[in-house]
Amino acid sequence: MIADITLGQFFPGHSMLHKTDPRVKICLIIFHIVLIFTAGNFFSLGLVVLFTFLGMCVSKVPLKLYVKGLKPILFIVVFTAVLNIFYGTGEPLVQWGWLKITGNGILNALFVSVRIVLLIFTSSVLTFTTSPNQLTDAIERLLKPLSKLHVPVHEFAMMMTIALRFVPLLLEETDKIMSAQKARGADMESGGILQRIKALIPVLIPLFVSAFRRAYDLATAMESRCYHGGEGRTKMRVLKLGKQDVFILGAVALFLGAFLLLNLWLPPAILR
Amino acid sequence: MPVLETKDLTYQYGIGTPFQKTAVEKVSISIRKGEFLGVIGHTGSGKSTLIQMLNGLIRPTGGQVLLDGKDIWAEPKKIRDVRFRVGMVFQYPEYQLFEETVWKDIMFGPKNMGLSENEAKERAMEAAHFTGLKEELLEKSPFELSGGEKRRAAIAGVIAMDPDVLILDEPTAGLDPRGRDVLLAQITQYHKARGNTVLLVSHSMEDIGRTADRLLVMSGGHAVMLEETKAVFSKGEELEKLGLRVPQITKIMQELYKMGCPVDPATLTVDDAFGQLLPFFKRKEELR
Repeated sequence: MIADITLGQFFPGHSMLHKTDPRVKICLIIFHIVLIFTAGNFFSLGLVVLFTFLGMCVSKVPLKLYVKGLKPILFIVVFTAVLNIFYGTGEPLVQWGWLKITGNGILNALFVSVRIVLLIFTSSVLTFTTSPNQLTDAIERLLKPLSKLHVPVHEFAMMMTIALRFVPLLLEETDKIMSAQKARGADMESGGILQRIKALIPVLIPLFVSAFRRAYDLATAMESRCYHGGEGRTKMRVLKLGKQDVFILGAVALFLGAFLLLNLWLPPAILR
Repeated sequence: MPVLETKDLTYQYGIGTPFQKTAVEKVSISIRKGEFLGVIGHTGSGKSTLIQMLNGLIRPTGGQVLLDGKDIWAEPKKIRDVRFRVGMVFQYPEYQLFEETVWKDIMFGPKNMGLSENEAKERAMEAAHFTGLKEELLEKSPFELSGGEKRRAAIAGVIAMDPDVLILDEPTAGLDPRGRDVLLAQITQYHKARGNTVLLVSHSMEDIGRTADRLLVMSGGHAVMLEETKAVFSKGEELEKLGLRVPQITKIMQELYKMGCPVDPATLTVDDAFGQLLPFFKRKEELR
């Protein structure tokens, strides 16, 4: 079913990471992604893997769900890995015509696939432990300096909140409309491409109509509660840094020290 | 032979995930040919899942659904034929309208059945007649109709397939009182004229009491009762424990009965109650 997508989903919980300030989480995740891509040898890469794994464990979300989120991009991982194997430089280990595999290619492929998997896991740690509302709150706060340049930061964040809120609603609606049309004998599972696209019309038209209806209803509901944009608007939950945030920042600082040590002092394993 | 029968019908959501939940558990019921069956139950009692299994929209995780004695999932490729024979009108069906004209929308089902343009048109005409849609509305876009008219058009779209069993999930939700009465009367009329089987899911005990021959009571995924409407509504206390109640008029008549009035405690409609109570007032006038 459509509702089986785990990537980008929130899992309510009470772990330390759930309680961490979303701003801290966003900054650290971006920072961590940079490190994933600068790790140049096995020791630093191993350290990044270890740290990602630690984050996944601390989040107390079942590891199975992380692996499930990996499924849709498995193809990309394999695809890039295969490409990289054949694009290495240096002495070929095996050669068929113009295709050659080198030691350097294998290393590159290994690094690239580990990096992509880590990337997915890392972003999953963020989305699994942070509710969409917290996420947009944090983004709004982090982008606030841009409002000095007349960038409509609040409106942007509000749009994001609404979009995120509507995703599950529209999925549910799609499911319902599909059932209703199937009950009238609509056939969506067989036929060629053209036929299948045609079969989508009875689903898409009602879906569009209802999306517009919902948008109008929401606009009316917001207006009747006197929403007038971000100016002078206060927050019910003000984001504040707490003990666990300091703790996590400390842990990450430690990790960074170790990472720099390993990455700069030991020779790189792949060409950059 | 029952037209629809279920054997240990079970459905579990999200098997193997932390969200696993049993929506319907070991339901074994049989629905008689030609009956008008009411289905009641608290929100989340498994009604919707059950009825969607009856026409093959959801595949059960356990047990069987038998249509005229045959397992509907025996040949999964022919499940569409089952859906034509067991028609389903969802809640708020007006949101499934999509064609340019009401005509075309009502003809969508019959055409999917492989009927010719003329046959489909005939079916649509008949269905529109049953639901009381005026002919001039048929040429309009379905999005121009009023709420009640849209609802009728959507119901006509299912009736036009001429199903042996018609399932309606809260067809009167959100209609005004007169709209409710008219629509219910049309459904009963349709049932009588065609002689087919009708399943009506509703939260309104008044609607159910007026129309249904028998009642299926669902609670916590189980089929708790399946009896004559009067028999079910005479168990007021049990129903209240399940978060349901009896029609208001039945409650009044039950209270009167307890006070010693010689009335039928299983009265289901206001008209019936009126007939029973009128003699008392007449006698009182005679005594004067």
